[in-house]
Amino acid sequence: MEHNPAISKGIDWVLVWIFIVLTSVGVLSIFAATYREGDDLIQGFFSLKTDYSKQLLYFGIAGILGTFILLTDSKFFTATANLWYAFGILLLLLVFPFHTSVKGTNSIIKFGSFNLQPAELCKVFVNLALAKYLSRVETDFKKTRSQLVASAIAIVPAILAVMQSETGLALVYFSFFLVMFREGLPAAILIVGFSLAVLVVATLLIEPNILAVILTVVALLTIYFLRRQIKRRRQLLFYIVTIWAFCVGVQRFAVPFMFDQVFQPYQVKRIYDTIGKDYVPKDASAALEIEQKNKGKKKGETGNYNVKQSKIAIGSGRILGKGLLSGTQTRYDFVPEQRTDFIFCTIGEGFGFVGSMVLMGIYFLLLMRIVSIAERQRSVFSRCYAYGVASVIFLHIAINICMTIGLAPVIGIPLPFISYGGTALLSFSVLLFILIRLDADRQMVLR
Amino acid sequence: MSVFNQSRSNIIRLIFIGVFLVIVIQLFNLQVISGKYQKLAMDNAVYPKRIYPNRGIIYDRKGKAILNNTIMYDLTVTPSQVKNIDTLELCSFLEIDTAEFRKRINDARFKNGPVRPTVFEDLLPPAMQAKLEENIYKFPGFTLVERPVRVYPFNAAAHIMGYVGEVDSNILKRENFFYQLGDYVGRSGLEQRYEKVLMGQRGMNFLIKDNKNRIQGPYEKGMYDTPAVAGRNMRSYIDVEVQQLAEKLLKGKVGAVVAIEPKTGGIIAMASGPGFDPNELTGPYKQKNFNRLFLDVSSPLLNRAIKGQYAAGSTYKPLGALIALDEGVITPANGIGCTGAYYSCRRPVRCTEHWAGHASNLRLAIAHSCNSFFSNTFRLTVDNPKYNDNRIGLQKWSEYLNAFGLGHRLGVDLPSEDGGNIPDTTDYNKEYRGSWNSCTMVTLGIGQDKMLVTPLQMANSLCIVANKGYYYIPHFINRIDGETKEDTVLNKYRIKHEVLSHISDEDYETVHSGMQDVVDAGTGRVARIPGINICAKTGTAENYLMIEGKRTQLKDNSMFVSFAPRENPKIVVAVVVQNAGFGATWAGPIAALIMEKYLNDTLRTERLKEVERVSNANLMPGYLVRAQYRADSIRAYNWFKITKDTSVIKKYIKKAGVKSDTSQLPQDRKAPVVKNNPLIKPKDTSKFRPKSRIT
Repeated sequence: MEHNPAISKGIDWVLVWIFIVLTSVGVLSIFAATYREGDDLIQGFFSLKTDYSKQLLYFGIAGILGTFILLTDSKFFTATANLWYAFGILLLLLVFPFHTSVKGTNSIIKFGSFNLQPAELCKVFVNLALAKYLSRVETDFKKTRSQLVASAIAIVPAILAVMQSETGLALVYFSFFLVMFREGLPAAILIVGFSLAVLVVATLLIEPNILAVILTVVALLTIYFLRRQIKRRRQLLFYIVTIWAFCVGVQRFAVPFMFDQVFQPYQVKRIYDTIGKDYVPKDASAALEIEQKNKGKKKGETGNYNVKQSKIAIGSGRILGKGLLSGTQTRYDFVPEQRTDFIFCTIGEGFGFVGSMVLMGIYFLLLMRIVSIAERQRSVFSRCYAYGVASVIFLHIAINICMTIGLAPVIGIPLPFISYGGTALLSFSVLLFILIRLDADRQMVLR
Repeated sequence: MSVFNQSRSNIIRLIFIGVFLVIVIQLFNLQVISGKYQKLAMDNAVYPKRIYPNRGIIYDRKGKAILNNTIMYDLTVTPSQVKNIDTLELCSFLEIDTAEFRKRINDARFKNGPVRPTVFEDLLPPAMQAKLEENIYKFPGFTLVERPVRVYPFNAAAHIMGYVGEVDSNILKRENFFYQLGDYVGRSGLEQRYEKVLMGQRGMNFLIKDNKNRIQGPYEKGMYDTPAVAGRNMRSYIDVEVQQLAEKLLKGKVGAVVAIEPKTGGIIAMASGPGFDPNELTGPYKQKNFNRLFLDVSSPLLNRAIKGQYAAGSTYKPLGALIALDEGVITPANGIGCTGAYYSCRRPVRCTEHWAGHASNLRLAIAHSCNSFFSNTFRLTVDNPKYNDNRIGLQKWSEYLNAFGLGHRLGVDLPSEDGGNIPDTTDYNKEYRGSWNSCTMVTLGIGQDKMLVTPLQMANSLCIVANKGYYYIPHFINRIDGETKEDTVLNKYRIKHEVLSHISDEDYETVHSGMQDVVDAGTGRVARIPGINICAKTGTAENYLMIEGKRTQLKDNSMFVSFAPRENPKIVVAVVVQNAGFGATWAGPIAALIMEKYLNDTLRTERLKEVERVSNANLMPGYLVRAQYRADSIRAYNWFKITKDTSVIKKYIKKAGVKSDTSQLPQDRKAPVVKNNPLIKPKDTSKFRPKSRIT
């Protein structure tokens, strides 16, 4: 980047440096995961045939794209936000007729040698559109109608992503609820959502009848402790009974329905794998489907196997790690998808606990920096956008790393700036550089 | 609105911090607290490959290799690489059908997975290997892999050498997991006894493998690798030509031959009949051969030289004479008048000779093997007036025999040796509740009653006689190549045991003269070799066996012990031929041939005919045929019970039609086959004390 006073004015260099450091770590990790003894190093890095050289190229493209964004007037983004959103939805819809099936996903459009994944790119547009909607003068976010519209902006691409069998990417769109929460969405919704998640997990873990009994006992205890209030307000008893009935309903009917009808058997199996239970396919066709999903993989090399190997890789790094290019787990293909979704294993094994902590520290710094940038914005648009960036990045980090260390089911989403993948790197870079551009113009009040 | 919701930015920060904290805690748990993942990663990726050195070679006393190493080939298959091959052609090479071929491929896939090689057919016969070698390019996925195998160039010494086989769980436990499953280890014979010397030092290569167990190269550039050290060779006392001769002579006979060099205790030859070719148990058909040998009721796998326990019979007499002389109860010049039996006890002990004067002195009594004389001598020893108590007398007698190396294991360098039996006072006190006298066990004086000896013990006791009082523990191995002070395994064989040197030389000379007369003028004239003074003693021992629940007297065992030359003993031979009649008929000629071969290094041409005569004689006891039939049909019946497969039992039912009594065989399972095993003599022979009619 040229040090041009005109563009560089107001730019948050901390974010820029974090971007450079993270992306470099990414290239290095991909190099460590895919380099084999005897490969020509120089040729490897510049031939554009190896994954790390390709990632290096994407790094360059991201840099150029970032510079262009920095050169753009920040008003451009507010003005065209809705247009971008429409473009994003169009891209997502175009996937259906024009997709190429790659590794079990239907979400990729091929342009020559370049794979475009609209669901990945679309989060930038959703973020813009949501910020735009929330910052509108007419929008009163206390109204349920506005809340529904805002939710719809986030959820429509998520539904499209699910239809392209990209559950992981769909999940990311739910991170925008954090933005809405910041802008006044009632905390109760988040709490209810969280409680529902706990209930679903409990349904999987605990015998249905026992869970029903537990729920009933909890309800009865609540009634007992709130008996005075109930005397005063009869309505309260009605609420409690309704909630109890809802919970039991979810536990008895909704979750089994979801698992039997909505999720694919392989997804159910992954969820079961994470919580450590054996999944018994309900019939032969389901079993067949799981088998087909795992076709071509070694026996046992299913979700459970991935997590096990990934944990072994990270755990065997110990405190200081085995060093770059010395990890036996990651270098001999024990961890699958180690350039993309399981890239964290390379760092965990090669650089140990210390290395992992440094990476987590950089990420933490990034998130905290974005949040504090968000809070210093005078324009609602910029603030909403900044929170959107923070939320998206946060959800990616949390799910990806939790997956590699066995805390979350295997959901294929990339680790921001580090995982191999052009679309992912470019969309994260664009996301970040628009924020930097907006932040540089934070003194401009009206937008 | 923004002002209103300011506090929520802190909540969002808290959510970030919370989730990061959970991740950090789990990372700490995985990477710092839990140590198991490092080992798991090593197990995943590092393949410790054991390098097996060549096992040591065993040479005979003239430097010929009795036991050597060679390379055989296994055919291995990597199922995933098997594509577009002419299955039929390969099957025709391997002499299997396509169903078997598919089964083996599936087994291999199941056992080791599709990308790793698995043994498809092991130890190919040379002809098959040659054919495959030429055509292997047609069969991608199949490879010929070298495998070191033991080979026996002289086809001899199977019982001595033992065999190597895969370790089993018992050995793993016993050796404290020094071995691993799949390792080869000496399972019997010298292979087992000298395992530590022969095996050498295993090496270890650490290799990196990938997720499909394909080898990627050395781990850390071979930093932790250790090279293999070859097993050390051993020089034995065996004369392989004598050994071959001994085995040839025992063909078609049940029995044993032991030849020892008395000056060193080195075993020159040890054969057991019926025997087998050791190469049968190494090559491609080893399992088939092993099954055949294992199921043979004449037990070819048994080493009768150390595990066959026989009544010593008259071969004991020189020892009896020496004991009596040393105890002072007889003198060389005194004899008795024998008229064909010894009548002093309740039951007469019969004697083969009855002409007057055949026992008029010790020399004559030994030469003509007078039963009366030695019954009398035994009673004199037990009723020795010196002790005034026959208990002490008998105890003394058994102590003498223990000193002669009888009644206990000698400690030869072969595993699982038997100890034989020399009864002492406690045995008789128990059986007769203390009321016995020297008449009770008078046949001990002619080597019967409860006395049991192994052929090795017979030879060793004669070594002591030949050496005039000392012996070395019989052993095969003279020295180990590159022996150091740490090799203590041979030390016990280098200790001279002066057990009976207190018996005077005159007494020994008297007995030697008697034994020389055996060959020159007595019972053992068949063993004469011109120009060599041979001392010997024949033996013809009664023996009984439980056959189908009945105690049956079998034909006498033919026995012969000898040493030569008398002046400077170089070889001691003990021969037992089961159920072959007089000692001089079969055992004597065998011993003579072995002595001649060893002492003269060759046989006279006219003796070659004798070798053929003895070798071609089939002296297998007749009851074996019946015992084999019983064992086979009972097995067939049991097999039928398990599998309901009638094809096996039909064979026997058909035969049963010819022999009416065999139809009841299956019901008759109460007398198990083992009892009828003629090779392991019942230890307690006292129940059927022989009517004494022994030479």
